[in-house]
Amino acid sequence: MSSVHLDVEAVRADFPALARTVRNDKPLIYLDSGATSQKPVQVLDAVRSAYEQHNAAAHRGTHLLGEEATDLYEGARAKVAAFLAARPDEVVFTKNATEAVNLVAYALSAPGRLQVRAGDEVLITEMEHHANLVPWQQLCERTGATLRWLDVTPEGRLDTDDLDTMITGRTRIVAVTHQSNVTGTVPPVAEIARVAHEKGALVLADGAQSVPHQPVDVTTLGADFLVFSSHKMLGPYGIGVLFGRAELLEAMPPFLTGGSMIEVVRMEGSTFLPPPQRFEPGVPAIAEAAGLAAAVDYLTALGMDNVAAHEESLTAHALDALREIDGVRILGPDTTKDRGGAVAFEVDGVHPHDVGQVLDELGIAVRTGHHCAWPLHRALGVQASTRASFYVYNTHDEVDALADGIRYAQRFFGTG
Amino acid sequence: MQLESMYQDIILDHYRNPHHKGLRDPFDAEVHHVNPVCGDEVTLRVSLKDVNGEPVVEDVSYDSLGCSISQASASVMSDLVIGKPVAEAMTISQAFLELMQSKGSRVEGQPDEGLLEDAVAFVGVSKYPARIKCALLGWMAWKDATAQAMEVAQ
Repeated sequence: MSSVHLDVEAVRADFPALARTVRNDKPLIYLDSGATSQKPVQVLDAVRSAYEQHNAAAHRGTHLLGEEATDLYEGARAKVAAFLAARPDEVVFTKNATEAVNLVAYALSAPGRLQVRAGDEVLITEMEHHANLVPWQQLCERTGATLRWLDVTPEGRLDTDDLDTMITGRTRIVAVTHQSNVTGTVPPVAEIARVAHEKGALVLADGAQSVPHQPVDVTTLGADFLVFSSHKMLGPYGIGVLFGRAELLEAMPPFLTGGSMIEVVRMEGSTFLPPPQRFEPGVPAIAEAAGLAAAVDYLTALGMDNVAAHEESLTAHALDALREIDGVRILGPDTTKDRGGAVAFEVDGVHPHDVGQVLDELGIAVRTGHHCAWPLHRALGVQASTRASFYVYNTHDEVDALADGIRYAQRFFGTG
Repeated sequence: MQLESMYQDIILDHYRNPHHKGLRDPFDAEVHHVNPVCGDEVTLRVSLKDVNGEPVVEDVSYDSLGCSISQASASVMSDLVIGKPVAEAMTISQAFLELMQSKGSRVEGQPDEGLLEDAVAFVGVSKYPARIKCALLGWMAWKDATAQAMEVAQ
């Protein structure tokens, strides 16, 4: 394990939500960052400052505020691009990761050189979040293409044994998570991309759970597209990112249309701006972009290697602590190798809803249910699970509190 | 701790030993309901009989996967509606829905207490918005199946 250089107490002091109490006046133990992260005061200040000092529509208006708003928005794009080692014109702001996937899936069913046709194939995996699954089902329904998927092993890893035969000459795109939101599994995206590219297929990586938690460099990731959401990486809701290789974005038709994305509009028809503006109709989420930029600054100052090392240490602790509890089964890899900080588990005889309810009573916030990954739960033979997910502000004491809470739930329901 | 107010002994008893569970024949309608948030599901059958021109719930049977609240609620529901005229069972169902929407504000000794019997124990659940759907899953399935059975009968 790499050494951890992250001052958790100093980090925690930046997050107002972590200072509050919840049920029974218990301090909040927030273990649900996989759903959405808490926000540091630096991000909140950036959003407030954007509204207080620079509020105007970006890319319009011949006034100072308009210029400042445009600078904030385009400055955020440059910052996000640098964070990923991408070019600014390869960064499209969307509403969230879900919209980013839909944007690509729509573009691939519209006329153009990337158009997916009947008889083509789309390859996904059984471990996808619904956001990287349903849009591809819909694409296949619209185009007559065939949806195929890679299975999950009983250990919660992606089964890539048949990669060479699953990706065929007809495969047009492979959409794969870069880190499972349930099991934390990190599939070999670079290896998948190598095979896909050999056969002429594109690759989209769902980075919603990876970009917030580990260094991601699009020049080595291998994916042609990468999507993620601001709100899971300390930033505001309502803004997400589609990274796309420039020549692909250039070949893609617009998804949502209207103002801001046009070049010339006549009654007979319109032409469109180049990317990324082509994909950003309407007045954009300027304050949210400013907040995202502040989140990127915050994570960059911590160092993404340090963030990853801190989470690896928490995950290792959680895996050890949960393994020691009789009747608890961890879903997915039981080591931190190629695994991030989402730890889903089952408690014998206690339904996840009931586990979550007991933990909530103790001030511990976790996610329960299928976590928008229903097929993955089926593949792992469970109806639902409880998930703890970690981030920069979590501590080893909180992991211990989780383990104690699970034991308490077992006692309460008479199974422990 | 407020856990005991949600998980009253009546609820835990029904959870551990659910009544009327297991699908049975004959039946007039079968439905499958899912809570899309958590994936809890119930398959429920209703059998009606005609008593002097009035439909009466002859049997309710179900198979279900879910949390203690959804399991216990289905068990209590089947106890309450089996043997009752459909109209009366629907009144109980409506009273339960109102209990669930009460946000825990309901005080003891209200007139529906006799109507709801064991189901009164679910009042604690109404304080937790995320769990109300759990408590209603079986009831909604029963209402749906009964409505379908009535259509078949006509």
